[in-house]
Amino acid sequence: MRALRAFLRSPAAVIGSVILLAVLVMGVSAHWFYPGDPLGLAGRPLQWPGQNPRFPLGTDPSGRDIAAQLFHGARVSLLIGFVATAIAALIGIAIGALAGFYGGAVDTALMRVTEAFQTVPNFLLLLVLVAVFGSTIETVTIAIGIVSWPPVARLTRAEFLTLRTRDFVQACRVQGLSDAHLILREVLPNALPPVIVYASVVMAVAILLESALAFLQLSDPNVPSWGNLIGLGRNVLRTEWYVSAIPGVAILLTILGVSLVGQGLNDALNPRLASGR
Amino acid sequence: MTRLLVENLTVRLPRGADREYAIEDVSLSLEAGEILCVVGESGSGKSVTASALMGLLAPGLVVTGGRMALSGLDLRGLGPAGWRAIRGRRIAMVFQEPMTALNPLMTVGAQIGEMWRVHLGLDAREARRRAIAALTEVRLPDPEGALRAYPHELSGGQRQRVMIAMALALEPEVLICDEPTTALDVTTQAQVLALIKDLQRRHGTAVMFITHDFGVVAEIADRVAVMRLGRVVEQGTAREVLTAPQHDYTRALLRAVPGLRAPPPRPLAAEAVLELRGLTKTYASRGLFRRRRPVRALDGVSLALRRGATLAIVGESGSGKSTLARCVVRLLAADGGEVLIGGAPLPARRREAARLVQMVFQDPYASLNPRRRVGAQVAQGPIAAGTPPAQALAEARELFTLVGLDPAAVDRFPHEFSGGQRQRIGIARALAMRPQVLVADEPVSALDVSVQAQVLALLRELQHRLGLSILFITHDLRVAAQLCDEVAVMRGGVVEEAGPIGAVFAAPRSEYTRSLIAAIPGRALFGA
Amino acid sequence: MRILRLAGRRLAASLPTLLIILAGMFLLLQLAPGDTVDALMAQIGGGDAAFAAEMRRFYGLDAGVPAQLWNYLSRLATLDLGHSAIYGKSVATVILERLPATLLLMVSALSFAFSFGLVLGVIAARRVNRWPDTLISTLGLIFYATPSFWFGLMAIVVFSVHLQWLPAGGLSDITRSLSGLAAVVDVARHLVLPTLTLGLIFLAIYLRIMRASMLEVLSLDFVRTARAKGLSETRVVARHVLRNAMLPMVTLIGLQAGTMLGGSVVVESVFALPGLGRLAYESVVQRDLNTLLGIIFVSALLVIAINFLVDILYARLDPRISAEE
Repeated sequence: MRALRAFLRSPAAVIGSVILLAVLVMGVSAHWFYPGDPLGLAGRPLQWPGQNPRFPLGTDPSGRDIAAQLFHGARVSLLIGFVATAIAALIGIAIGALAGFYGGAVDTALMRVTEAFQTVPNFLLLLVLVAVFGSTIETVTIAIGIVSWPPVARLTRAEFLTLRTRDFVQACRVQGLSDAHLILREVLPNALPPVIVYASVVMAVAILLESALAFLQLSDPNVPSWGNLIGLGRNVLRTEWYVSAIPGVAILLTILGVSLVGQGLNDALNPRLASGR
Repeated sequence: MTRLLVENLTVRLPRGADREYAIEDVSLSLEAGEILCVVGESGSGKSVTASALMGLLAPGLVVTGGRMALSGLDLRGLGPAGWRAIRGRRIAMVFQEPMTALNPLMTVGAQIGEMWRVHLGLDAREARRRAIAALTEVRLPDPEGALRAYPHELSGGQRQRVMIAMALALEPEVLICDEPTTALDVTTQAQVLALIKDLQRRHGTAVMFITHDFGVVAEIADRVAVMRLGRVVEQGTAREVLTAPQHDYTRALLRAVPGLRAPPPRPLAAEAVLELRGLTKTYASRGLFRRRRPVRALDGVSLALRRGATLAIVGESGSGKSTLARCVVRLLAADGGEVLIGGAPLPARRREAARLVQMVFQDPYASLNPRRRVGAQVAQGPIAAGTPPAQALAEARELFTLVGLDPAAVDRFPHEFSGGQRQRIGIARALAMRPQVLVADEPVSALDVSVQAQVLALLRELQHRLGLSILFITHDLRVAAQLCDEVAVMRGGVVEEAGPIGAVFAAPRSEYTRSLIAAIPGRALFGA
Repeated sequence: MRILRLAGRRLAASLPTLLIILAGMFLLLQLAPGDTVDALMAQIGGGDAAFAAEMRRFYGLDAGVPAQLWNYLSRLATLDLGHSAIYGKSVATVILERLPATLLLMVSALSFAFSFGLVLGVIAARRVNRWPDTLISTLGLIFYATPSFWFGLMAIVVFSVHLQWLPAGGLSDITRSLSGLAAVVDVARHLVLPTLTLGLIFLAIYLRIMRASMLEVLSLDFVRTARAKGLSETRVVARHVLRNAMLPMVTLIGLQAGTMLGGSVVVESVFALPGLGRLAYESVVQRDLNTLLGIIFVSALLVIAINFLVDILYARLDPRISAEE
């Protein structure tokens, strides 16, 4: 397909895909490399990386293997990222499509709701949701999805507003086709590309939100999250700073990968704007 | 004296373009005090030539051969400082789109004043004085007010006058105009053309005028150069090229120019298939807080289209003709009045109205869904109305043959077709529903003049074969003359004049119609 | 004046939004396990059912839901945000105490991100696809991908622990009592790392938007006209391109206001700053839902106020907006 070839031609896309693939492999292979509970006691606490050949990345203040937490944490981050993004995309696209297509009172009402969600700072809303509904990993994921849909809705709405006045949509109207057909088969396929690109941003934000929550020890404590590890390393920051440093690098690389893939998608789907002229 | 000399100029396109050179071996000359018209269709390279002469080629385009000289100064050897010294001072340019050619965030006065302040170092007061003089010369009403205004507060014609004033501010030797009147109404176009001719005579500027419209050429050109696919195919005085063209292409182009001669009237049915009675549509202010003055797009419009005939609705922008078209196909709901098809009111529901009226749209690049195969787009109307898919697709193939396309092309995507072919697909799509009335909303305005002639010929043929009743919306009286039996002239939502097309052209009763006919460029050469 | 009326109209349009937020907050209050009375009783060490019922009647928690909603909204209208069981003061008082630190942090982070993002974006756009652009864009990408709390921690390790140039936390040095210029400098030193930390990701965003906006505007027709007038490239950029390209940046300030407030939670926690963000964190940990919702309310008001100011600024920059009347 044309788009796939354009995607692979972009250096950003290739680098990003490689990084993401590495993280994916880490997550998938976690059970083979580090079977057992990564949050279980493994050895003496606060060993430096390289000090003990059994723990190539050292151990944390509770004596747990950092490398194991890194691998299992990869699964957690990617899973939360995907699921939360999917939730945000579903809600956002649905609301944005209806608001953009119908306009008028429907648009006003839906936009007021979207604005309401956007006026409240999303991390604060996340805190409230966690405080009210608890902090199991499922709740956290759904809460992140709920907090992330407004920009998707706005983007979808903007695309629909532009596309619904296009001649080919009007022509289908004149042909007597139903609203459902117009929305789903005419406008949506043309509106999706920028939304798909934006999904990469949503995923990056979702991973960041989850790790921030875990850093504050407000996420699920039974899940080996990278943010959790960084938070644990705070107390020993002055001496054993590697406990916080290493998982942070992992987060940085993952988000870098996601962003680069997003940029590559943008270049592939919008060839005119990509050349940066 | 030769102001501009172009010899064997060649500009190369970047890799991956549809041809190697944008222009090849182009030779032109422009003398002082004359107007040279460069004519060509899209892709002819005329705009690239103009950009090269200003040193403003788009990134990726490179001059690879030939020379260009401005009054003896070699332009190819100029560096950035050299270009800056001559741009605006000795060679200036007026662009096509007045709406986007001015900085929306700067006042008109600031933008004009820049010319004198930057090039001559004049102070603000002196620059203002000269700006007012320049705006007066281009006949802008209220030049002082215009100085304080922002571009969006002026009309298209006024903006173009500002652009011309800016270009002539420093009395350059050469003025290049790149299709400056294409985006304007025909009456405004006539005024701007007269203005350019007048200014050129007074200042003695050499003008290179780029256009695709031979009517404009007939109106103002002293000499003509015809370009095609990057090469100059013919050059000469206006009289020579227009009355005795040498090259085949020039001859074909001249033949394709729609004249104002209406074909002899044919017998028409008495029965009206489409009747509009007292149609009104007002665009009211929206929302609780917005208070915009309501616009009367349609004000009691009553018309009749006879069965098997073609009625042209002619008007400039803001006349209401597009609103009329959309009300007839039920894309808009009229506020008052009735639309009757075959004596019965037009149904409010789209599904039922679809069998009675269909529409062909203006922009061939926006009227087809880029992500669906063209056959499916033609067939989906009948399918939604109940026709089995296989049969609908077979009928689509027949329609393709009818409109002059390969029936196997139903499986292709829109980007594989040219503009003219896409319009044919649009016509096929409209005919698929077998409507009683076909509304064509400026169907050829976005096409090159030779393609235009082909599509009009197709519509004429379909009209004869199928006995179509067509409501033809256009801003161009010449196009209307090609195809239509009757014409209605609209202005400000009101029908100024209506009747058989021959009669209206020969003896227009309304002042406005007279001014419309008088404004047609090149009437002397091509007209009735 | 027209601008004020325009912005005022937008402000009035955000009233329904505020109502929706408040209704949502009320809903969450209802869904929370346990209510104010439970929290209070847990504080005082328990009580019997009759006492609980008495308390509920006192707080009006036994009325029907619509009545409670009405009470809630009317109290909020008078800015009575309730009582914080944890801090023993009214929520409004607690919030007001913590507001200045957060505002200070936000203003400095925003100024830093906006100004540097603008300059870097312009440089990147003018040297597009050459090494300055690649360098700046890559840096921007890395800043964007860096979790702010991690950057804060690493910055503390490098600048406070190892180099000892800057303090590791707090808003001012509490061991010395300073006044006048010395106090200002002290606070400024304490704010350097938090500002950098909070502003980093926004710097990346502004940089990218400015670069894209510049490239977009540079391709527009009127820039070609300006060049055809013989203006120097510097003048074209400074007088014609810049103002047009800045418009999306201004809009962005309004859009990012909420995100920045959210980001302050983490930054204030890392650097132990006495601001609203840390207050929110403490409220979650200590289950003080009243305070948390009060913070949400105040944040929403802040965001609406910032957007109001942004609207006015935008209308001043773009004459087309006020002409839409």
